[in-house]
Order: sequence, then structure tokens, then C-alpha cells
Amino acid sequence: MTSLTHLSMAEALEGLKARRFSSVELTEAHIRAVEAARPLNAFIKETPELALEQAKAADARYARGEQRPMDGLPLGIKDLFCTEGVQTTAASRILEGFVPPYESTVTANLFRDGAVMLGKLNLDEFAMGSANITSAYGPVVSPWSKGRKVQKDTAEGGVLSELTAAFRQPAPVTEWEFERKLVPGGSSGGSAAAVAARLCLGATATDTGGSIRQPASFVGVVGIKPTYGRCSRWGIVAFASSLDQAGPMTRTVRDAAIMLRSMSGFDPKDSTSIDVPVPDFAAAMTGDVRGLRVGIPREYRVDGMPAEIDRVWTQGIEWLRAAGAVPVEISLPHTKYALPTYYVVAPAEASSNLARYDGVRFGLRVEGKDLKEMYENTRAAGFGKEVRRRIMIGTYVLSAGYYDAYYLKAQKVRTRIAEDFTKAYEQCDVILTPTAPSTAFAIGEKMDDPIAMYLNDVFTVPANLAGLPGISVPAGLASDGLPLGLQLLGRPFDEETLFRAAGVLEQAAGPQPLPPFLG
Amino acid sequence: MSLDKATVAKIAHLARIRVAEEEQESLAGELSQLLDWVEQLGEVDTEGVAPMTSVVAATLRRRPDAVTDGGHPEKIVANAPDAAEHFFAVPKVVE
Repeated sequence: MTSLTHLSMAEALEGLKARRFSSVELTEAHIRAVEAARPLNAFIKETPELALEQAKAADARYARGEQRPMDGLPLGIKDLFCTEGVQTTAASRILEGFVPPYESTVTANLFRDGAVMLGKLNLDEFAMGSANITSAYGPVVSPWSKGRKVQKDTAEGGVLSELTAAFRQPAPVTEWEFERKLVPGGSSGGSAAAVAARLCLGATATDTGGSIRQPASFVGVVGIKPTYGRCSRWGIVAFASSLDQAGPMTRTVRDAAIMLRSMSGFDPKDSTSIDVPVPDFAAAMTGDVRGLRVGIPREYRVDGMPAEIDRVWTQGIEWLRAAGAVPVEISLPHTKYALPTYYVVAPAEASSNLARYDGVRFGLRVEGKDLKEMYENTRAAGFGKEVRRRIMIGTYVLSAGYYDAYYLKAQKVRTRIAEDFTKAYEQCDVILTPTAPSTAFAIGEKMDDPIAMYLNDVFTVPANLAGLPGISVPAGLASDGLPLGLQLLGRPFDEETLFRAAGVLEQAAGPQPLPPFLG
Repeated sequence: MSLDKATVAKIAHLARIRVAEEEQESLAGELSQLLDWVEQLGEVDTEGVAPMTSVVAATLRRRPDAVTDGGHPEKIVANAPDAAEHFFAVPKVVE
């Protein structure tokens, strides 16, 4: 029943409730899809036994006539969320083998609501990256990469293959030869690839500078970063604490609304969690945007932006106008300073957060002649190049003599960027922009120039700096045949307006084509 | 801002990451390039602007000074690369 993997969450919930299929059947279909999609490298760890156990429990509840908000829905969990008893690596060598003795609040909320976990999803190391190429577990391949299935004979026999078989998960029955491996975006590249390739109904993700929205745009799915403080950060491996927010990636706007509602909520264990009610986000999707003022920031027309991006943006404006919304030109004058601000603030916070990986309490240890050398050897062996680069930049901008010039200056510019949005929201209710400045590129491109890679986040970073909610909605394919997304930004804690407008964009964009991996 | 090898070595020491001598030169180039790029923040007039300390207008909550969790030392040391009884073991630090 492969069609079970093509359902939306809302459809799956209906089917489960009507007992047309069980959660075990739904979960088994997804487990098979996950196995067949191993060439994408979307999962770091598959947890089929746990998933089936959770699915059975969900079925038992349905049989009793109970139904929880996400009961029996198979999800993927980004491997940045600590999961009790299940290895959590942040895609870093330094956390290899780490098995959290506790559950992150967001995943605990999802399990409370009946969700099923298929496994832990690949990501950029410590969520630092925009292409999912910095993972210690290898890059994720986008299901939008063209290729063909190749049958491989796995029955080689011999002691060696028996030994490897005993220690590894079963070998894939089919392999793929890709013409050109495209990136799924990042850092939530595993989440994006898994949702787009129908390996799970939805996935958790996190967004520090665009890590939910940019990959959503690259693979043609929906991703929302809610307002800072909406989802608890407790139990999520920290990157930059003042910017990190969790959110869902799904195939429909309604599914994102359903899943975000479960993920959200006040948590006393996170001092920046905000104690506000969690609305029924799906109920906000009335389809009515008449009179809604949609801000179009003139500074988002950046130099060298492909005409294609501009075309999709204009199309989005027309879709909302046709539905009765009112486009308004606005100005966000400090937009061009958002990325350099981010690349001071985020590394500074990361250098501090990642100080905990010292080879003492968890993860990797590489011995040295004394304690200091043990620290230095452990961190040299455990961190990849991008993580090392950011820790070093962060250490430098926080060091004596440079703190005022870099860190304090950046935090002042950050205030300016937030003020831009406050002023803009006097004239508009939501802001519409492209999500990313390009479609997906190939693995290996942009790797030599960190700044070229950082430019991927030019449209998404400002919302993190200002703590605002942002959603990316698929808006069809560009002329290169790859998906492009549109981004809506909202006022703090006004995700409802985002869902309302996003639903209208989704409706106007119509059904989205399937990625070639499913062809 | 152009960093030299000595500065890279100093940052590496502060960050407690061993950087091989032969890598210092290229790392100095990379880090200098990034710092040059963020220098553009100098163009922004921030006279009288308060540095951001929180993206949401919220004051930190207080809670009763009470123990709410604990009593499971075995869980705390379960992931330690080296533990003895309920302690983390490290190389000798005092002569």
C-alpha cells in the first residue's frame, strides 16, 4: 500500500479514525519507504521497532475510541532533538554514541499527542550549513536529483559479508545512480528530503538562520519557523540560543498547522519559552485574505538575483491580490546588514554553547598528555571544518579587545533590523518575499567559498534576528525543473495570519509535481 | 582585518581546538575574509542604539528556589567516556 505514504497528515488522521487502515499499516508502509530510500542518506538512525511499538499503542487507542491530535502519524525527527534512549548526534563526530537519558520537550509533546518516530534525520553538523553537506554522516541527496534505479546483488556470501551483515542494518535492495546529486538545502536537509520523498508524513526541524524554510523551498515542501519562544528549546542541541527555533516540515500548510500545534507550548524548563496560549492554527485557515495588507520589501530585490526568483515572487503577489489582499510596498532598510550581523552573533553564541564538548561528560574523547591537551585533541578530532570555523570566529569576536567592535556592534545593528520590522508592520499585516535566492545546487558547488554559501540565507536570516515567524510555501517549479518557495513573515505570535495567507498561496499554486526519485 | 598565524594560534588556544601549524596559514585567510565581510556593519549608524539582549519583550521569570529533579547519578554519568563510580574521570590536573 504505497499510496499510504502519499497521504497528508489530515487525510491519514481521517483514515485512521474511520479505521480504513491501522497505524501499524501506515507505519509499515513508511518503514519500507525509508528502507528503499537509503541512497538519499536522509536518516542517521532508523528506529523501525520503536515506530511499530508506538503504532500498536496508537491502534489500541483508536480501538478504544480515543484519538489524540497526531495519533498514529509516522514522523521523522531531526537528529538535533534529544530522544530518550535513542542516539542523538547533531550529525557530529563529537557526539557519536551519545544516548540521551531524557526527551526533548518538543518530541515529548509530539509523543504525548500520539506521534510515531521512524528515526533520526540527517542534518548539517550542529545545524551549521545551508546544503546538508557538513554532516559527519555524509551529505543528504535531494529526491529532486535525477537518476535511475539499479538492482544490486547483495548475496555475496563469505565470512566477511556475514560479519558486516550482523553489525549493520540490512543492505538496500535497490541502489540509485544519480546523474547529478543535488543538495536538499540545510541545515534540516534530512527532514526536507524525507518529507519530499514520502518517507514520513512530516518531520521536526530547527531554524537558526533559515534551516527550515530554505530546505523547504529547495525540495518543494512547507516549513514554518514559529515566533521565538513558541516552541521550547529544551533538549534541542543548542547552536545559537537567541536564534534557534523548532518547527515542522510537512507537505501541506494544514499539516504544518496540525503539527506546530502539538510541538508548541510553554515550558518552564526553557527560560525563553513564552507563556501564551497555543491557538488552533488549522482553524485560522479560513481562505479569506480580503483586505489583508501584504508588505513587499523593496530591499529584497538583491543584485544578481535570477529573473526566475523575481517571476515567482511577482506571481505570489498576484495570487494574493486575486484573492482580495492588498499589496503594499514597504522598506526594510537594514536588510543588507542582516547576514553579516548573523555571522557575528550566531558564531559567538555557538562558540559558547559548544564549549561543553570537552571529552569529559559525553561523546568523543581523544587522550592527551594533560587535561588541556585532551580538550584540544578531542575538539580537533570531533568537530568538522565548518563548525571549527564558526567556533573560531565566535571566539575571536568575543575575545578581549574585539568584543565591542564586533559583538556589541552586531547586537546594535540587530536592534536596527528588528526596528525595521516593527515600523513595517504599521503598514502591513504580513510580508511576502522569495524564500531563497536560487533553486537547489549540486553537492560540491559553493563549498570553497563560505560567503557564497552563507548568501543562501539572505531572505531568511532577518526573521531569526528579529524573532519573527516565517513560513515557506511551495510555489511551483523554476525553468530548471526544480522547486521554489515563497516566504511569508508575520508579526510576533501571529502565526495564524501566516497560516491563513499561506493556505491561499498553496491553493493558488495548485498541486505540486512529485520529485523524480518517486517517478 | 587581516589575521596572522600567531593570532590564529591564539584563537585556537582560546577555543581549545588543536590546529596543526600547516593549517594556520589557510585558516588565517578564511577567517580574515569573513571578518572583512562583517566590517560593513561599521556603515550602520548605531549612535544611541541599545544592543539587543532579547528578541521578545519578556522579563526573565522567577521560580521558587526548590529542588525539582535529581537523584539519578547513574544517568548523569552514563554517557561519560571515562567514569569511576558516580564521578567523571579526567587526566590528572594537580601535581
